[in-house]
Amino acid sequence: MVALAGASFAGEIPLAERRSGYELMSRETRAMQDDDTANPGMLAVLEGGGLWARKTGAAGRACADCHGDARAGMKGVAARYPAYDAARKRPVSLEQRINGCRTDRQQAPALAYESRELLALTAYVARQSRGLPIDITVDARTQPFLDSGRAAFYRRQGQLNLACSQCHDDHWGRKLAGNVIPQAHPTGYPVYRLEWQSLGSLERRLRNCLVGIRAEPYEYGAPELIDLELFLMWRARGMAIETPGVRP
Amino acid sequence: MANALINVPDRARRGEIIEIKTLISHPMETGYRRSQLGARIPRDIIRLFVCTYNGTEVFRAELYPAIAANPFVVFSTVATESGTLAFQWTGDNGFSATETATITVD
Amino acid sequence: MDRETSRRQFLVGAAAGLGLGAVVTVVPAHATPQEMQDAIRKIVGSAPVTKGRVKLELPPLSENGNTVPLTVSVESAMTPADHVRAIHVFTELNPQPEVVTFRLGPRAGRARVSTRIRLATTQTVTAIGELSDGSFWSATASVVVTLAACLEDA
Repeated sequence: MVALAGASFAGEIPLAERRSGYELMSRETRAMQDDDTANPGMLAVLEGGGLWARKTGAAGRACADCHGDARAGMKGVAARYPAYDAARKRPVSLEQRINGCRTDRQQAPALAYESRELLALTAYVARQSRGLPIDITVDARTQPFLDSGRAAFYRRQGQLNLACSQCHDDHWGRKLAGNVIPQAHPTGYPVYRLEWQSLGSLERRLRNCLVGIRAEPYEYGAPELIDLELFLMWRARGMAIETPGVRP
Repeated sequence: MANALINVPDRARRGEIIEIKTLISHPMETGYRRSQLGARIPRDIIRLFVCTYNGTEVFRAELYPAIAANPFVVFSTVATESGTLAFQWTGDNGFSATETATITVD
Repeated sequence: MDRETSRRQFLVGAAAGLGLGAVVTVVPAHATPQEMQDAIRKIVGSAPVTKGRVKLELPPLSENGNTVPLTVSVESAMTPADHVRAIHVFTELNPQPEVVTFRLGPRAGRARVSTRIRLATTQTVTAIGELSDGSFWSATASVVVTLAACLEDA
């Protein structure tokens, strides 16, 4: 189907050869992503916009009360996540940051991972970075977590004893059963995955992969998942955010 | 509490054929899936979608479980006069949602 | 088909051993081409169905059977005297044959509709155009559907 061949050796994909999963999809699925009036992920973005403006929690505050219009206030934010959180002394995901604001600033309960509201808010915030390049800060504070994520990416695991890199660095563009293997750049998250028939987070997708190689999937919010997310975003540095993406 | 996205042009020439795109959030549970314990998950779908133009029905779709989740329906109608296009979805478990859009026809 | 069914059920069992998840999709029983013919008969009665005038657009290879984009169009002037009354879509191997019925009329301007459908397996889809003069026209299209490579459990 796709003439592009994966690298024939184990190694990082050269920066110039990186391709979003978008480029490996069929014409029809790409059309679904491109049209905001046909992209099912936009339903979540729409809902997120409503949640952004809604006062909530004991503090009776809306996101908009502190952050103003998301189009300006949130521009570029998703492109920098996971980002270092001084209080927790480690990087946190965008979902964790949103929940941090809810508990600390709005005095509202944290939203459950993969809940409709958390996905909607995350999609709404990430949508404000659409088209912007991923820009992960690497410094003395984030380096150890990036290294941990990188080690996880290259480590064989699970009953199938596979490392992420074996599919996504070495064999991208080739087929696994009926699907084309992507390079695994998280440019479109939260993503509307046709297999899920709903929007879902990068952590959900990573847990899917872990189940796929018959490894124990980490719990949502686990440091192992956030470190891997940090590495994947760094690996995709410079690539454009596509949220809300559509993927098979 | 369903979300819907409607795409209707805000203006059109009289007699012009306009394309309308509709997208509504709904899981469209088929009724054929089973839980891990083997129990059937009951059907829960949108069964009917109706579009009226200033009160007159101009399009209808009868949906079955084979329509994908978050039903997307695109159809056309002739821009006859200025006014309101109303969209109504109804389905299992008393599901009901409506949206409207106004159009100016010159 | 049986091989694919048992593969999915095996993987479901293996995943269950990992103590995961609540809902899994098991490939459901399929309806038969005969049931599809019966469903079509219910619509057309004893009238003949002629191939032609209907154009059914589906991707020959779907990326995921859960969401397959479909467009049907019927050649018609769409006048009050001569128009498309309805478009019916059927499958032969989904759990039930009916997919959708669109009801049009002269106010549609053109007989062209799009939606997204589910296909349980590789099969042929049939679209039937019902005209205002009582005639029925049809078109078919075949779609290859594969299972996702890595299955999810919740």
